[in-house]
Amino acid sequence: MKHFLTTEDLDRNTIEELLDEADGFAEVLTRPIPKVPALRGKTIATMFFEPSTRTKMSFDKAAKALSADTVSFSPGTSALSKGESLKDTALTIRAMGVDLMVVRHKATGAAWRLADWLDIPIVNGGDGAHQHPTQALLDCQTIRQRFGSLEGLEIAIVGDIKHSRVARSNVFAMATLGAKVTLVGPPTLLPVDVGSWPVTTTADLDGVLPNIDVVYLLRVQTERGGASVFPSFAEYAERFGMSDRRFSALKPDAVVLHPGPMNRGVEISHDVADDDRALILEQVSNGVATRMAVLFRLLGREHHA
Amino acid sequence: MRQVMTAEDLGRVVRRIANEIIERNHGTADVLLLGIPTRGKPFADRIASAMSEIEDEEVVAGSLDIGMYRDDLDSRPRTRIGPTDIPKPIDGADIVLVDDVLYTGRTIRAALDALADLGRPRTVQLAVIVDRGHRQLPIRPDFVGKNIPTSITEHVSVRITPHDDEDGVWIGNEVLG
Repeated sequence: MKHFLTTEDLDRNTIEELLDEADGFAEVLTRPIPKVPALRGKTIATMFFEPSTRTKMSFDKAAKALSADTVSFSPGTSALSKGESLKDTALTIRAMGVDLMVVRHKATGAAWRLADWLDIPIVNGGDGAHQHPTQALLDCQTIRQRFGSLEGLEIAIVGDIKHSRVARSNVFAMATLGAKVTLVGPPTLLPVDVGSWPVTTTADLDGVLPNIDVVYLLRVQTERGGASVFPSFAEYAERFGMSDRRFSALKPDAVVLHPGPMNRGVEISHDVADDDRALILEQVSNGVATRMAVLFRLLGREHHA
Repeated sequence: MRQVMTAEDLGRVVRRIANEIIERNHGTADVLLLGIPTRGKPFADRIASAMSEIEDEEVVAGSLDIGMYRDDLDSRPRTRIGPTDIPKPIDGADIVLVDDVLYTGRTIRAALDALADLGRPRTVQLAVIVDRGHRQLPIRPDFVGKNIPTSITEHVSVRITPHDDEDGVWIGNEVLG
């Protein structure tokens, strides 16, 4: 594995190895000194051309827990505002002696372009509405911790699938791990190529709830136009929100995931968001360990051979 | 491949090392065995159970992964990260590191670094099933199953259940699966 760009080409063995190793790194994070020297002397650049709180901080924390140095980049304060191109910005940062780059960009495929231009591993931290593969890993890790395995689990991904790189990344990772994925959303918020995905689709959330083990609620993506295709937040909440009533219709051991940031009262009710069976904070914690596994995998071997 | 230790030989070695650890530490009270994955762990488990039998006291074994502490990550095929499981506090304990083969000493150096991040043991001792020589660091074992002089082109293959499907030690010019 030279880069980590997408979940679509990962085989089951690779995902399971990364999750197993993430368990080892999770143990590190519980220690009094939550740091190991594995990537000492390496420099990791986080380049986030789109705003992010948790993903950027999570990569930063993962890199530091592995003793790598980090440099970061924020478009507002950078030479981008003077008109520098993505390629020139990336080459400039590479020339400073960076060993790996994590990139988030609004354009689909941005991470692939960087992988072509640069001779170092690239991690896709989210490209437009396309892929966000480390999010899928941390979600699968969270589910695996709860159920032992994803094999045979019924998972519903609910909401604005079309604009969601989280949904796309998760569908492929979860299906590869043996889960049965159902996409639940209005037909206008399903991607046009959904026919080629390993999923079933429905617009009837209440119809599928009683059989579901994991409900994955997506954020309504106001910044990608997701709000314009239904009349109001109230109507969205009525048809696709995880209300208290819907929560009580779930199996007693079913769990709720959300990639954050949450729109409380829209995709998820206040009380559900704070329930023990909402694993939202576990997802965030697992993000650090799974990203450690990815960084270690990319910088720890073949690349140097 | 030439077999240099049988399953029976390994059983005797485990019992002798168990006795030596008890003798050196005047009992089992503060002793904590930590196996280094992958094959150090099953040996640590066996030594712990032999010690429990001899002293009629429960002796526990944990595991200490050193994959994140190696100094040669760039130059060797990457080791998988294994579990670290420390069943009781390290501070003040007499730690016995357990590994199958002692060779350059770099694994043990990494283990000492890993331990230092986890706490401050009273003593750290080292038990190995096979010492094949060729040390590159000033590290020596406290308990040795068998000294086996080797050339650096040879491979020493230790196999132990349940990690492998048989017990024994072989030496030769190729690696056993």
